[in-house]
Amino acid sequence: MTGPTIRDQRAFASGALFLAFAVFFFVTALNYPAGTAARMGPGYFPRLLAIVLAAIGLAVLLGAVRRTAERQALHRWDVKGLVWVTGSVILFALLLFPLGLVGSLFVLIVVSSRASSEFTWKGALANAAVLIALCLLVFVYGLGLRLPVWPALLN
Amino acid sequence: MDLFHNLAIGFSTAAQPANLLYAFFGCLLGTLIGVLPGLGPLATIAMLLPITYALPPDAALIMLAGIYYGAQYGGSTTAIVVNLPGESSSVITTIDGYQMAKQGRAGVALSTAAIGSFFAGCVATLALAALAGPLTAAALLFGPKEFFALMILGLILSSVLSSGPFIEGIGMVVLGMLLSMVGTDLSTGTQRFAFGVPQLFDGLDFVPLAMGIFGFAEIVKNLEQDDKLSLVTQKITNLFPTRDDFRRMVPAMLRGTALGTLLGVLPGGGAVLSSFASYTLEKKLSKHPEQFGKGAIEGVAGPESANNAGAQTSFIPLLTLGVPSNVVMALMVGAMNIHNIQPGPEVMTKNPALFWGLIASMWVGNLMLLILNLPLVGLWVKLLTIPYRYLFPAIMVFCSIGVYSINGGTFEVYEAAVFCVFGYVLIKLQLPAAPLLLGLVLGPAIEENFRRAMVLSRGDVSTFLTSPLSAALLAAAAIAVILIMLPTIRTRREEALQE
Repeated sequence: MTGPTIRDQRAFASGALFLAFAVFFFVTALNYPAGTAARMGPGYFPRLLAIVLAAIGLAVLLGAVRRTAERQALHRWDVKGLVWVTGSVILFALLLFPLGLVGSLFVLIVVSSRASSEFTWKGALANAAVLIALCLLVFVYGLGLRLPVWPALLN
Repeated sequence: MDLFHNLAIGFSTAAQPANLLYAFFGCLLGTLIGVLPGLGPLATIAMLLPITYALPPDAALIMLAGIYYGAQYGGSTTAIVVNLPGESSSVITTIDGYQMAKQGRAGVALSTAAIGSFFAGCVATLALAALAGPLTAAALLFGPKEFFALMILGLILSSVLSSGPFIEGIGMVVLGMLLSMVGTDLSTGTQRFAFGVPQLFDGLDFVPLAMGIFGFAEIVKNLEQDDKLSLVTQKITNLFPTRDDFRRMVPAMLRGTALGTLLGVLPGGGAVLSSFASYTLEKKLSKHPEQFGKGAIEGVAGPESANNAGAQTSFIPLLTLGVPSNVVMALMVGAMNIHNIQPGPEVMTKNPALFWGLIASMWVGNLMLLILNLPLVGLWVKLLTIPYRYLFPAIMVFCSIGVYSINGGTFEVYEAAVFCVFGYVLIKLQLPAAPLLLGLVLGPAIEENFRRAMVLSRGDVSTFLTSPLSAALLAAAAIAVILIMLPTIRTRREEALQE
């Protein structure tokens, strides 16, 4: 055995995540005056929290390389599903004003449907038609939310 | 009696036709999402939060509360009929409820769950009404250091009770508190961690964060595991428990209700914990523990009463002390903020009609659920046959519109997209998200009370230990931490919280 090995990859990554956030918040908080314990400035509490988080992150990290740590590999990532889902939300935000609600919802529904392994064009299009009608009925006419319904060019 | 006078005020608010309608709508929606796996009360309340802007405050809160306890009813229906917990609080019901269904006693199990829930709902409503006064009075004695200690206790308990290693739960709490530092510092007006983005000056909004993590990221997770449901569709005929069933279920209901009422009040408690604790208790007390797991009616009656009681009494700390005990309650803080209501002792004194109306509406809602649920079981089960590939785009649509309508801008939608990725990372690392959200909600209040207490004590930290109340609360938190570190309790906790 040479050097510590990462037995628990999941815990190691979690500890690293905590540490990264702790460093980020601590360094950023250095820009704000800390003040004293009796008269705390805006930087005092965040620095305190960042130190606590760093300690926790370190403890989790060390626990992962301990010799008694359970062996645990990282889970497989479904990057494709994540990209379809997140991408459809971003597209919705981008297209809402230029295309209006009907157009952007159509994009949201069709793009996000691709995330499913059982995707069919027919199913997605039918679903889009039903959901768009439902949204117009409930949100626009029912609840009267202020949403741009049609493309900006038409107004 | 004050209590009856107050309840009378409450019922006159709750019985207004509009409020009845919103209670009904909340219960119906709650049952619906309770039935559907992959969509919980949290995402639903987050989704509807911005929409309640248009409603009067009492109607909004009545509806949102209805979603929460309605989900407990709906979750048990699918747990019993198809062995699929619609909600995490009905996981335990699948054990004996589904066995009963396989023995052709699905109807009995369903009515047991409904009667137990209704009974627990009634008791919890009374407990809420009775405890509200004294606790509100106690809250007025709280100063900054006591509030600080109380919130620390709540956060510690919530990480003790979340799944996964305790230290990671605490890490998530602290991370949540750090995220809550984003925005304007209230005492000095300094912009912290905003990087000049004007939309961040008011802080990270809770709703896009919850939606990203519990709405969108959850969908990605659900899509990965494409297991098909196998429905045991059978005619549900006999709804009526026999005399022997009654003899066995009544004590279990009483115990479950008592346990749930107590555990719901506890910070970090609520429906999930209550149902698990009740099942363990029933199995321990039973003369026939070997029947558990093979369709013991106590295993349905106890947990189903407990989860409903716990769901309702978890409103107590929120309404009296202003401290949310779980994530759904944290969202209720958001709902109250939308309507400019400061959660805490002042709700009762300043808005008695709202306060008692909400409590009374819970009883009304429970009655509706009892009537609503049994005849409609067939319909709810049919809903389960909708394939997930049609369901999840609908969830995405409602979430996106909900997030957009918080401020009528797309910034929050992008925020939700970012937290979708973050939430997916958390799922893959098996880090619990609930403590993060509680930390986010309580962070500003903890900082404020901490700073005030330190100003009053001129920078002396021992001030937290010289006040008996805050010392006791902090001692309780310390004991919880020590207990969780003990090896025997650690393994038992891991068993109990495994989902």
